[in-house]
Amino acid sequence: MKKLLIALLFAPLLAFAAGADIRLDKAPDRSRDFPALQNGAKVFVNYCLNCHSASYYRYNRLTDIGLTEQQIKDNLLFTADKVGEPMTIALRRADAKAWFGVAPPDLTLIARARTSGAGSGADWLYTYLRSYHRDDSRPTGWNNPVFPNVGMPHVLWELQGEQVMGADHKLVLAKPGLMTPADYDAMVADLVGFLTYIGEPTANFRKQLGVVVLIFLFILFIVSYALKREYWKDIH
Amino acid sequence: MGATSTNKYKSDGTAAGGLLEWVDARFPFLSLWNDHLARYYAPKNFNFWYYFGSLAMLVLGLQIITGIFLTMHYKPDAALNASGIPAAFASVEYIMRDVPWGWLIRYMHSTGASFFFIVIYLHMFRGMLYGSYRKPRELIWIFGMLIYLCLMAEALLGYLLPWGQLSYWGAQVIVNMFTAIPLIGTDLALWLRGDYVVSDATLNRFFALHVVAIPLALVGLVAAHIMALHEVGSNNPDGIEIKKKKGPDGVPLDGIPFHPYYSVKDIVGIVVFLMVFAFVIFFMPEAGGYFLEFNNFYPADPLVTPSHIAPLWYFSPYYSILRANTVNFFWIDAKLWGVIFMGLGTVIFAFLPWLDRSPVKSIRYRGPLFKGALAIFVVCFITLGVLGTLPATPGLTLIAQVCSILYFAFFLLMPIYTSLDKCKAEPERVTG
Repeated sequence: MKKLLIALLFAPLLAFAAGADIRLDKAPDRSRDFPALQNGAKVFVNYCLNCHSASYYRYNRLTDIGLTEQQIKDNLLFTADKVGEPMTIALRRADAKAWFGVAPPDLTLIARARTSGAGSGADWLYTYLRSYHRDDSRPTGWNNPVFPNVGMPHVLWELQGEQVMGADHKLVLAKPGLMTPADYDAMVADLVGFLTYIGEPTANFRKQLGVVVLIFLFILFIVSYALKREYWKDIH
Repeated sequence: MGATSTNKYKSDGTAAGGLLEWVDARFPFLSLWNDHLARYYAPKNFNFWYYFGSLAMLVLGLQIITGIFLTMHYKPDAALNASGIPAAFASVEYIMRDVPWGWLIRYMHSTGASFFFIVIYLHMFRGMLYGSYRKPRELIWIFGMLIYLCLMAEALLGYLLPWGQLSYWGAQVIVNMFTAIPLIGTDLALWLRGDYVVSDATLNRFFALHVVAIPLALVGLVAAHIMALHEVGSNNPDGIEIKKKKGPDGVPLDGIPFHPYYSVKDIVGIVVFLMVFAFVIFFMPEAGGYFLEFNNFYPADPLVTPSHIAPLWYFSPYYSILRANTVNFFWIDAKLWGVIFMGLGTVIFAFLPWLDRSPVKSIRYRGPLFKGALAIFVVCFITLGVLGTLPATPGLTLIAQVCSILYFAFFLLMPIYTSLDKCKAEPERVTG
């Protein structure tokens, strides 16, 4: 009886394990690496922020990752006049829909939204941005096994080069780009690190504060437990 | 209630004492204090399971306070802003980023919703373990069930407010359930939505109900729940009445004043609870997609239906029961059967006081039949919960059907197995 109950309890979990998605590569952690995040910001502003907005993220929040307001104004402020404005874009959504078939999504929360059972949103993005390959059957000439029939062409192709899908479903670099594969992977990791960071800019502070709060509560626990014992010592 | 303490407070000569005397002459402060705290005698043998009542009150308080601050910055508006984002969704991110400490308030509220259900499910399970619903506590149990139903409504309404993809499609699924009701279903769903699809009108009415109507009902019901409890006194892990054995002073021999004994004990429980609560808020606020679903970080899009709409974890057992109904019995549509059984599954707890025929209340003195039945029920409830978060396959649907039948059998067969059960004798006085 007990075995049957345990089997019943775990049966759904087995079924869940069976339906695995595409395997995602683990994205390197860049959450506390400010130079890497700054590089990610640079790549984002140069390559993504023309079609994709990050409309909940303000330029001056980049001071979080070690930049000064003057540095932001001089180097990164392409789509706004004031440093306190959010990263919006001039591309009209109706136009974008006509050109690409779908309006490019806002990317502020993409790393949080793409999280799934297969891996974190960062893992998904890291794998996705490294999996573009040539496909002449697509209007853009590009396809991606992580996001089949994706509307976006390979914006970073100049850097990565051109991959083709081999017969055994392995991606092969057919024409090298400006970067070596290792440098390209590191740059994508920086970009993904930046996207993860803008998904929740308070995440680092949240974890630091959590440690302080738990230490406080632990001390409070000792005091409250001593108080309880003192009151309860004559209850038998 | 005031009859037990007619004495009014007499000042001890200090300024504070004078003020208290002045107040007590005009307001039943001292009698309320005594009836509910200082001279409310609770059994001295409360164990781990007895923390969850006060914790539920704490979470209700936290939800109300954090909710008030969220309301100051949240905008129930489905219109798209210049970046093509619905204003409601954008206002939640505004709270997360631009409002000082807004992220903390928001995570407390979102995590608090899930913890409310954790605490309430454990509180209800306590009642089932120790027979707390039995005579004379039937009304406490029924008020509790009404609180539970209000809480489900509150969670459901609140989940639409962030206006993410699962907010939107979850509300769509739930409102569409009403269309299964014959004759009036379609009109009822239309009336609830205020539109032909979930829209700005739906968002605004859900907001009004979430922040005003249901919280008012909840607070009133909690007051009734506690007043009924303090009228008859608390049950305890032995399931015996401490009021049957009183000392010469009229105080139950196994009773101790709630204040200070249980007030200091509950503080320990609250601190431990806050440690777990804080751990989730600060280190895993999404709780692996169970407290904040990842798909809900996409703004609501009425044109894109998600491939898999999973309910929040606290509704998933009932969602499983809904989906387990796949056959059109007696010319009635399977969908309607699903809605009927889902509704029945939530309210059937209210009948426990009359379904249970056991001579004893507590699991400690019950026989093997009840213990086995309760164990099977718990396994079924958890299995249904896990299944509700997964896409349905024929195999999983079969498991859900078996668990649903056992779920209802636990209640419907209770009069039989509790009368046949071999119970042990209850003790005269409470044990350890």
